[in-house]
Amino acid sequence: MQTTAETTQEHGAIAVEQAHGHGDHPDHRLFGMGVFLFAEAMIFLGLFAAYLTFRSVAEVWPPAGTPERELLLPGINTIILISSSFVMNRGNQAIKQDDVKGMQFWFGLTAALGAIFLAGQGYEYYTNTFGLTDNLFTSTFYVLTGFHGLHVMFGLSLILLVLLRSRTPGHYSSTSHFGIEASELYWHFVDVVWIVLFLILYIL
Amino acid sequence: MSVSTLEPTQTPQPPQPKHPERHWKDFFGFSTDHKVIAIQYFVVSFVFYLIAGAMATSIRVELATPDADFLGYENYNGVLTLHGTMMIFLWIVPAGAAFANYLIPLMIGAKDMAFPVLNGLAFWLVPPGGALLLLSLLAETPPSAGWTSYPPLSLMTGQVGQMMWILAVLLLGTSSILGGVNFVTTILKMRIKEMGLYDMPLFCWAMLATSMLILISTPVLAGALILLSFDLLAGTAFFNPTGGGDPIVYQHMFWFYSHPAVYIMILPVFGLISDILPVHARKPIFGYKAIAYSSLAIAFLGNIVWAHHMFTSGTPGWLRMFFMAATMVIAVPTGIKIFSWVATIWGGKLRLNSAMLFAIGFVSMFLVGGLSGVMVASVPFDIHVHDTYFIVAHFHYVLFGGSVFGIYAGIYHWYPKMVGRMLDETWGKVHFALTFVGFNLCFFPMHILGLQGMPRRVVQYDPAFADINRICTIGSIILAVSTLPFLFNAVYCWFWGEKALPNPWNALTLEWQTSSPPIIENFEEEPVLWSGPYDYGIDSEPEEDTRSVADLLAEVKAEM
Ligand SMILES: [Cu+2]
Repeated sequence: MQTTAETTQEHGAIAVEQAHGHGDHPDHRLFGMGVFLFAEAMIFLGLFAAYLTFRSVAEVWPPAGTPERELLLPGINTIILISSSFVMNRGNQAIKQDDVKGMQFWFGLTAALGAIFLAGQGYEYYTNTFGLTDNLFTSTFYVLTGFHGLHVMFGLSLILLVLLRSRTPGHYSSTSHFGIEASELYWHFVDVVWIVLFLILYIL
Repeated sequence: MSVSTLEPTQTPQPPQPKHPERHWKDFFGFSTDHKVIAIQYFVVSFVFYLIAGAMATSIRVELATPDADFLGYENYNGVLTLHGTMMIFLWIVPAGAAFANYLIPLMIGAKDMAFPVLNGLAFWLVPPGGALLLLSLLAETPPSAGWTSYPPLSLMTGQVGQMMWILAVLLLGTSSILGGVNFVTTILKMRIKEMGLYDMPLFCWAMLATSMLILISTPVLAGALILLSFDLLAGTAFFNPTGGGDPIVYQHMFWFYSHPAVYIMILPVFGLISDILPVHARKPIFGYKAIAYSSLAIAFLGNIVWAHHMFTSGTPGWLRMFFMAATMVIAVPTGIKIFSWVATIWGGKLRLNSAMLFAIGFVSMFLVGGLSGVMVASVPFDIHVHDTYFIVAHFHYVLFGGSVFGIYAGIYHWYPKMVGRMLDETWGKVHFALTFVGFNLCFFPMHILGLQGMPRRVVQYDPAFADINRICTIGSIILAVSTLPFLFNAVYCWFWGEKALPNPWNALTLEWQTSSPPIIENFEEEPVLWSGPYDYGIDSEPEEDTRSVADLLAEVKAEM
């Protein structure tokens, strides 16, 4: 039998584990996901380091002619994203009590907050008076926030996938909910990256 | 799963041994078996080795005379760029992944990697990456900025070819990262219960260090390439000084990956050598913990030395001092390994077969590359030889004399396990002799060329260098020819070689406790750890020597 815990979905994991007998291993997917997120963090770290180097080498920063950045909207967006992490954690706690409905509520709320964040960012892009190629600051601004935005989109699709799967009765339970843990871990990661990004792009 | 299946999946099956047969078609599709994936890595990376090797030979033929008369101005830079890129990203890095895939689960007694599907996915990113690089040769201007692709040069040499290069490297980098995730998880989480970290074969330690390096550094290269592609396609100026950007930042990001990449390419081979030498010297490894820790030390130090590639890029004095000192410190853990290997074979009962010859060849050739490495770590000397053939000589001693010799040693050692048949020793020795002579003839004289001031990456040069260049070219042709006996041997023995026993070398690590080749889930039943990985010759009672490992195993089992 070639299937392993990796290829099976959550509700089958226990059965497969029993089917495999003594030799099989416990679920390492969350550990692997953590290792992968470490690598992801290194991409962002590399990009942040590049940005900070550009900044420290430049004589004036942001380069002359860069319009003032608006802080209100991104500030609200930051609060929305940070609070969504706490909302999402409620969902994880709900599933630990086998409360699928509660999980669906909190995850649905998280997805809504994530969508508002993305919409806010889209609005900000749309109303910005500077373009991608104007100068070194505007280029890094768009590439960094855009790359982060892609990650938010991916995290959002993970949450939606969890919500879709949770419609199957018994798919998630207090003992088997890797998808919920994984999407939450990913969402927290995206959240932490945004905090750093916000600090160095908007505040610093 | 079909409805007609009689056995319901929910019922726990008794652990009955059933062995589905391996089918040859498995090797040509998406597989999740680490052994199949490993062979796929081996074959694909070796094909690219042959392609990139043909490029190398054509570069040497071009350089046999001072004039540009073979490849010519138009093709030289493209061939040079792809030779370097392919040798690194499509030969040595995936060849390391091939060994890691094959050996890690077997060495730690696991049935497979932690994430078999991810493993298959990681492999299947390699062929498209390679195909993209090959196709980029057909672009109007192939990627021509060298394997480093420094901007602004890489922004000026042709958009399409350069972009294909970037995409290919991003794909191959992603593959490498996914591999790293799998290796770390497998090594840390999937060992059989009795095996602690210090009972692991040293190859596992080496792969742990390698994977850590991959996970730390490869993403930063990806970041650099993302910014570079914006410069190339979208008109930003991150690295373009005419738009206010800073090309030095690219160099920092690039070398933050590409210096550790040297260790990503050499650490797995360090591991292979640590496992080959004790078996064929019939002695315990000297300094197990020293070798294990020195791998970790190299993985740590390897991350903080990158700017030694940038001593001539206007780096400030204090930065140069730091990177010079840090680089020299790396010689310490590396030296520890060399001493341990020499002490391991010292006074051993050496079996000078092909695997051992390549392993000893590795230690001596890598030593030359390591010594010239300490030379170029020193700022004044580096400024003198920067961008000359001395550098070309140095890194070929590390990457060919080191990595490639070690990979060959590994192939000769584990081929019987992977294929189930022995390689022919005579052809193996011919292969070694030709490789050793050709390699030294090709690359040693380049040290002299570099000291005399011949710049690298040129198609045309001062006639004063012609004589030495001709020697290098003769060496390169011997080196090219040396591949033939190996290819013949490997292909012939795949079908008609002498059948291999489960443990032809009387080795102690777990991969030798199962059949050759291993069954699909590796072990008939969970293997027993009945000795340390390197306890050779410790018990020297005469009757011990006459018993085979199988007998001993049976005895251990009987006692349990
Ligand atoms: Cu280096």
